[in-house]
Amino acid sequence: MSYLEYSVKHVPTGPRKILHLNWPLLLLVTAVASVGFLMLYSVAGGSFSPWAEPQMKRYAMGVVLLFIVAMVPIWFWRSVSGAVYIGALVLLILVEVIGSVGMGAQRWIDLGFMRLQPSELMKVALVMALAAYYDWLPPRKTSRPQYVLIPVLLIVIPTALVLRQPDLGTAILLLAGGAIVMFAAGVHWGYFTAVFGMGMGLVFAVFQSRGTSWQLLKNYQYRRIDTFLDPASDPLGAGYHITQSKIALGSGGWTGRGFMQGTQSRLNFLPEKHTDFIFTTLAEEFGYIGAVSLLSLYALIILFCVASAISNRDRYASLLTIGIAGAFFLFFAVNMSMVMGLAPVVGVPLPLVSYGGSAMLVLMLAFGLVQSAHVHRPR
Amino acid sequence: MRKNPAESAETHARVSRRALLLGGTQLLFMGGLGMRMRHLQLNQADQFRLLAEENRINIRLIPPARGEIFDRRGVVLARNEPAYRVTLVPEDAGDVDAVIEKLASLIELDPAELDAAATEMRRSPPFLPVTVADRITWEELSRVAVNAPALPGITPEVGLSRFYPLRGDFAHVVGYVGPVSDYDLSKIENPDQLLRIPRFQIGKVGLEGKLEDSLRGKAGTKRVEVNAVGRVMRELDRREGQQGDAVQLTIDQRLQSYAQARLGEESATAIVMDCRSGDLLAVASAPTFDSNLFVQGISVADYRELTENDHRPLAAKSVQGTYPPGSTFKMITALAALEAGIARPDQTVWCPGHLEVSNRRFHCWKRAGHGHVNLAQALRESCDVYFYELALEVGIDNISAMAAKFGIGERFDLPLSGVARGLNPSRDWKRDARSADWVVGDTVNVSIGQGFVLTSPLQLAVMTARLATGLNVTPRLVKSVNGVDAPVAPASNIGIDEAYLNEVRRGMYAVSNHRRGTAYGSRIIEDKFRLAGKTGTSQVRNITAAERARGVTRNEDLPWNRRDHALFVNFAPYEAPEIAVAVVVEHGGGGSKAAAPIARDITLQALYGDAPPLDAYPAKDRQRIKKQQEEMRILEPGRSVTRRDRA
Repeated sequence: MSYLEYSVKHVPTGPRKILHLNWPLLLLVTAVASVGFLMLYSVAGGSFSPWAEPQMKRYAMGVVLLFIVAMVPIWFWRSVSGAVYIGALVLLILVEVIGSVGMGAQRWIDLGFMRLQPSELMKVALVMALAAYYDWLPPRKTSRPQYVLIPVLLIVIPTALVLRQPDLGTAILLLAGGAIVMFAAGVHWGYFTAVFGMGMGLVFAVFQSRGTSWQLLKNYQYRRIDTFLDPASDPLGAGYHITQSKIALGSGGWTGRGFMQGTQSRLNFLPEKHTDFIFTTLAEEFGYIGAVSLLSLYALIILFCVASAISNRDRYASLLTIGIAGAFFLFFAVNMSMVMGLAPVVGVPLPLVSYGGSAMLVLMLAFGLVQSAHVHRPR
Repeated sequence: MRKNPAESAETHARVSRRALLLGGTQLLFMGGLGMRMRHLQLNQADQFRLLAEENRINIRLIPPARGEIFDRRGVVLARNEPAYRVTLVPEDAGDVDAVIEKLASLIELDPAELDAAATEMRRSPPFLPVTVADRITWEELSRVAVNAPALPGITPEVGLSRFYPLRGDFAHVVGYVGPVSDYDLSKIENPDQLLRIPRFQIGKVGLEGKLEDSLRGKAGTKRVEVNAVGRVMRELDRREGQQGDAVQLTIDQRLQSYAQARLGEESATAIVMDCRSGDLLAVASAPTFDSNLFVQGISVADYRELTENDHRPLAAKSVQGTYPPGSTFKMITALAALEAGIARPDQTVWCPGHLEVSNRRFHCWKRAGHGHVNLAQALRESCDVYFYELALEVGIDNISAMAAKFGIGERFDLPLSGVARGLNPSRDWKRDARSADWVVGDTVNVSIGQGFVLTSPLQLAVMTARLATGLNVTPRLVKSVNGVDAPVAPASNIGIDEAYLNEVRRGMYAVSNHRRGTAYGSRIIEDKFRLAGKTGTSQVRNITAAERARGVTRNEDLPWNRRDHALFVNFAPYEAPEIAVAVVVEHGGGGSKAAAPIARDITLQALYGDAPPLDAYPAKDRQRIKKQQEEMRILEPGRSVTRRDRA
């Protein structure tokens, strides 16, 4: 169904839209963000500065953004999807040109009041563009090779740009996020199987290229892979992060060491304790119960998104919701796997919890879109 | 573009199916994450918690206070003083150069120390304190403390450092401590963790070195929490260490300080021993040096000054030095002959001034000869020929056996560095060491304490004590440890006929009290303290026949290091011996002139327990002795000069 067909008169208008928001989802998002505030307060040694307070301000900004985005009809967002995608792509290319160098990789554009990471924006823009594409494409053409090629290009172009920065984590998220939308849209199984096979080939190539003139990844990325495969080989060097992270996680036990009692994070044994490794602090201080609680909150967010997508008969809206839920899932799944030693350290923050401006605002924007899809669903 | 409703429903169903599939897969993955968490947090929790504790808890040592050393009356010879220093934490200081400049306007800074600090700062993390001024005075410390607000990163600190209030007087007995070196560590198997503390003070020589294990004490520990870069966050708990043992010596500080002062700048040594118990009352060696120089590590210039001095201040001549005993050995020769039944005390020998033995001429010190001499006269006037004759008959085997009874060639078990064995020569020894047979000339030389025989001043004192008492006294230096008296084994009888011993003692009495005795000039007038002694003069060079022909060069005309060693041994009082004394003055010339007066003064000081009254001295010497007493600078424990002014 397209928006021209469904009975617009059933869709709420004006301030009444607020009543039709997906409130449980918003509450869950707020709950996760609050866990973030608590942990940022704890890792700062019981202080709102330097992390908890700015994070709360950003969340407040994010909520405003979410409401604005949610109030705007979903068909508007669909119509600007292509434009948003192109804008994000332009920004991504701009980073290559004017981006400042931070942490050895060009990732952001300084807007004066905040540093914008176009790659964050691209995660949402890509999902929007793909959803719009499949909404436009007659479903029977979905699995035809020429119509599969277009979304593949939509995915591969930004992924390649991000990989050039280089930001392996975001590249993986983009690739997998795009694939989730394609899969949800009904692209034939065979393509995924083929791509998976090619992926394996690529992994092989990545390892083969090491040390040669056509080396595909930067040396530090190879080292991260090495230490992921055998963290004990270099416990004080590159394996330090993984080893210390596992110690922090493991020492939590059932109930943890208590709020602000985590020795690993308080004594700085944990690297990047306020960003990528914040989950370890939670696991150390609140134990298994705390960690599983956060995991459950995430699971509920996914469940509510999937439920909203299934109940939404608008193709764009449901693909968008599934895509955003998928990207969100990838976010925390990669981060948690990383801190638990199941994946290499690729620099993916824990969504809504880790300290960071772009990620927070983009996620709130994404959940705004989910809310918009929910509010303006055909009835 | 209208869409077929049926197709539309179909596609929606497919999206729903795939959405459920995706959601299901995602939940499954999350379940996997939960399982992994369960594995890490519950199954391996103990192991990881242990690792976390190891990460954060550091065990630090608390250095114990070193055991103090006292003299026999409780005077402190080595103690621990608060050592004041100033440290700087570069991180807190900010502009390090500016802070140091400000500090320099308050106290004097040593450029060498600053250089060392700068090097250390480059090497260590910026939050670790670096010493910028060491061994400062209390006043300087207070000046820094008062100005602390203007000196960011600067901390005045108080630690413990060894201090020897009597400076040089016990340098060769107590020894000294110094910062532990790699060389020290290499000598110790499985060293105490304490020794890994930088600049920890370890006993280097003397008692400090020999009793290191007992003096060091036991380290305390404190558990501190550290962060990832090693900064101490807080102290969790502490267990105090145990101070090292308090060691009390048999030495009498007043006598020791007197002896050191009396020896002055001579290259000399004096030993006073209680001849009944074996307690060493004074073990002096001169010249000496301030032990405190070594405590923080001695400067190159100071060390060079000590090593380049030809009077060898670093050597403990008292126990390490070995000298030909010269005529002080004659008692041994006499007793060997008496015991062997070869000589009788009243039997006389004709001394023409020399003796011809296997085509070699052995001279008496008195060219004109002594004429007819008996034992007492021979000892009194130190006639060499008399003892040559005795030795020829009694032989080296008997002499060597007798010398061994008196401790010559024996290394006494004292907690001092390099206690010498000396040399009690015998046929076997010469065959082994020199691959040559003993010849009769060797015996002749040994009979008057020349030739191969070598004794340490300590052995001479033991010999004299055994002569005086007829008991096998052995020297003892440690009186008690932590208030528990060290056991004294009662001395056994030496096993020599008392009558023979008495003959020798009478001869020694005559040395100091007979008008013709070689040490008559250094007699004691006070009847109850009369001393019995023996002079010795030991050659350190060969006198050629040509030199003898034109007249032996007088000691005064020789360069210092070619002059004879002067020796004197005595016991006193003669009637009821209490102390034995041995004095050696290196290159001092004649024993009667150089050594006997020192031995007499020390004997009087020991017997009176203080400066003796002048009427103990011969009348004509009193003015000179009075002047000597006034000029002497004797260190007193209460009034020792230190760089540190205590508040």
